[in-house]
Amino acid sequence: MEFNGTLFAQYLILGVTNGALIALIALGYTLVYGIVELINFAHGEVFMMGAFLSLSAVSAFGLVSGAGWAQIALVSLVAMLAAMLFSGALNWSIDRVVYRRLRSAPRLAPLIAAIGISFILQGIGIYWKGSTTILPPNLIPTDIRSVNILTDWLGLETRIRFRALDLAVILLTVPLLIALSWLVYRTRTGKAMRAVAQDRGAAALMGIDVNRTIATAFLVGGILAGAAGFIVAYYTNTARFQMGFRYGLFAFTAAVLGGIGNLNGAVLGGLIIGLVWSMSDGFLQTYIPWWGAQWTPLIIFGVLVLVMVFKPTGLLGEAVPEKV
Amino acid sequence: MNIRFEHLLGQLERGAIDRRTFIVRAIALGVTGSAVASALSRVGRASAQDESAASIGNPEIPHVEGTEKGVIKIYSSWPSTGSMEGIGVDALEAARLAFADFGNMAGGFAIEYVPLDSGIAANNGGWDPGVESANANQAIADPDAMVYMGTYNSGAAKISIPIMNEAGMAMISFANTYTGLTKEFPGNEAGEPEQYYPTGERNYSRVIAADDIQGALGAQWAVETKGVESAYILDDQSLYGHGVAQVFNDTLLEMGVEVLGFEGYDPRAPDYQALMTKIADAGPDLVYVGATVENNPSKVLLDMRSLMPADEVVFLGPDGLFTQAFIDGAGEAAEGAFLTFAGLPPGELAGPGADFNARMTEILGHTPDAYSTYSYDSAVAVIQAIDQVGEKDRAKILDALMATKDFTSLVGKTWSFTETGDIDNPSMSVNEIVPNDEGELTITFVEAIGS
Repeated sequence: MEFNGTLFAQYLILGVTNGALIALIALGYTLVYGIVELINFAHGEVFMMGAFLSLSAVSAFGLVSGAGWAQIALVSLVAMLAAMLFSGALNWSIDRVVYRRLRSAPRLAPLIAAIGISFILQGIGIYWKGSTTILPPNLIPTDIRSVNILTDWLGLETRIRFRALDLAVILLTVPLLIALSWLVYRTRTGKAMRAVAQDRGAAALMGIDVNRTIATAFLVGGILAGAAGFIVAYYTNTARFQMGFRYGLFAFTAAVLGGIGNLNGAVLGGLIIGLVWSMSDGFLQTYIPWWGAQWTPLIIFGVLVLVMVFKPTGLLGEAVPEKV
Repeated sequence: MNIRFEHLLGQLERGAIDRRTFIVRAIALGVTGSAVASALSRVGRASAQDESAASIGNPEIPHVEGTEKGVIKIYSSWPSTGSMEGIGVDALEAARLAFADFGNMAGGFAIEYVPLDSGIAANNGGWDPGVESANANQAIADPDAMVYMGTYNSGAAKISIPIMNEAGMAMISFANTYTGLTKEFPGNEAGEPEQYYPTGERNYSRVIAADDIQGALGAQWAVETKGVESAYILDDQSLYGHGVAQVFNDTLLEMGVEVLGFEGYDPRAPDYQALMTKIADAGPDLVYVGATVENNPSKVLLDMRSLMPADEVVFLGPDGLFTQAFIDGAGEAAEGAFLTFAGLPPGELAGPGADFNARMTEILGHTPDAYSTYSYDSAVAVIQAIDQVGEKDRAKILDALMATKDFTSLVGKTWSFTETGDIDNPSMSVNEIVPNDEGELTITFVEAIGS
């Protein structure tokens, strides 16, 4: 089989874009796990609720057809901020109402509670937007959705499709990732988070408000999930109450793959999963004729199993080696 | 007051009071003119009901009224919530209407209809193996239960047919189209269909054409009408979706059409752009998607259309996509998609079918789903089997139902069950999703295909 560079580049673009979105959700898992050692299974649903809220926010604006770039950008920004606030507040409330009460309970209790909350949120999702796949309210017209930067703006002769939409995903995601890094490594709040992650008791003795610090982690994780919710809804142009399940599972896998508790690891894991996904859906068949998209979940979770068996700490290890 | 009015209406319909007395008493009840008018229209409908009921089924089987022999329960099982609400509720109401048209009586028994739901929320309203199995076991454990109507999904039928078979109870489906449930077929899994009938006796029938017919006729139509020379085939990895896609694939190969790829897609994946990039690169004339609506086909179509516009690549799907929910999820991308359906849409029916359409529209508040006509047919077949037997005996009712013959269906075709429980005179149509007069995308009948 001849190597097709154009197609390969196309799969790379799709893989990186989807990977960035997975990373954004994975950070929420890893941030919370790093601090309270809880795998917040409701995180995928917090992401879904963020997506739903952003759809409602866009509907509320009632964008007229034929709106220009500026108007679309403005509405997008407002809808995304609304989704971020909502998901952040939701994640914070879940911690306040449920997890905080279970802080000293056996580890299994908050884990089961998280699964329960994820079902509750799915139920609310069905009640809110129905259970079928829904089309988001019209925000980005089809002709703008399909603008290809390489051919339409740069005038290149290529079959590679790098849409303004793909670029927008990267442009929205990367600053969020940087902002999170800055928060965790450059601010007092971040320092407090890292301290609580290392030793909760000692941090409390040093005058750190442990509960507040944990609440902040939930808030920040929720904000990222809300942003991802908006971006995913308009990038894939579809929303469904189950959308949090598969993205959540991929993001969780990404977090474990990179080393759960490790922020850089989550981003790396997200990108790897995004790439494996697009290569398995598309590229592999060039070399393995019987390969098909039905094997994609298998290969992604297969990678997870391999990493767990041979390097249980994940690719980048745990950021806090003191934790056993 | 509504109850008293209903009571009065009941008296009128039974003929206990005449129309004038009814109006006088209704006015005395303080019922407004519009309520009387609507009541009168319902009375008018009662006579139309009789006409419709009389012409469906085998007219030579007399309907035995009366309830002196006791109660017979008819169970049904299919999903009717979530993404399955549109299909499931309509089918359920159609069955209810059929029983009501026969006065909820058959063979001297009162007929009690017990509809069960086999869907779960976690599966988007789709069926669940555990629930289906529980439903089937509930039905066989009830000594009054004589017939099990269902299922909608062929995969679910795989579970309940053997349960019914061992209990010696008749089962009739309005929607299962997977070939291997009843027939020997090259695309079958090993052991089909015998494995579903552990006793060796057949107890299962269906009033809709199987996928060997749907997939084959769909493929012929694509080649002959659309001039398709190459195709890419996807399925949702369900028993039904893969089965119909397999038949489509085999028929294309027989006709000398190039199949560029045939693979399953992950129904829970949020994005299919990489998959569609690969397919667009292969450059097919047609993409076939064997799937049911709860398995994300709208998103598959959405991503397909972003790379392959409708005027370049034909989209064809089977009857599992034949529902409004499929269009709602894909929006304008759905325009120009073609769907085969093992039957005719209710809007295309004449005579009793048109009457059924009108009555169902009144009950539901919208045009009935296309499957509901088959649900009605299957309920009538059940009534007539009980009418013939006149006994509460599962074995005898089973034999009578399996021997159904010269049955005139709502779509106007007359069929008999073959030895395998399939109909011997199937109908099939091709439909396209196009904007209606109000500009809303709807499934529109294009042509009938096959016999």
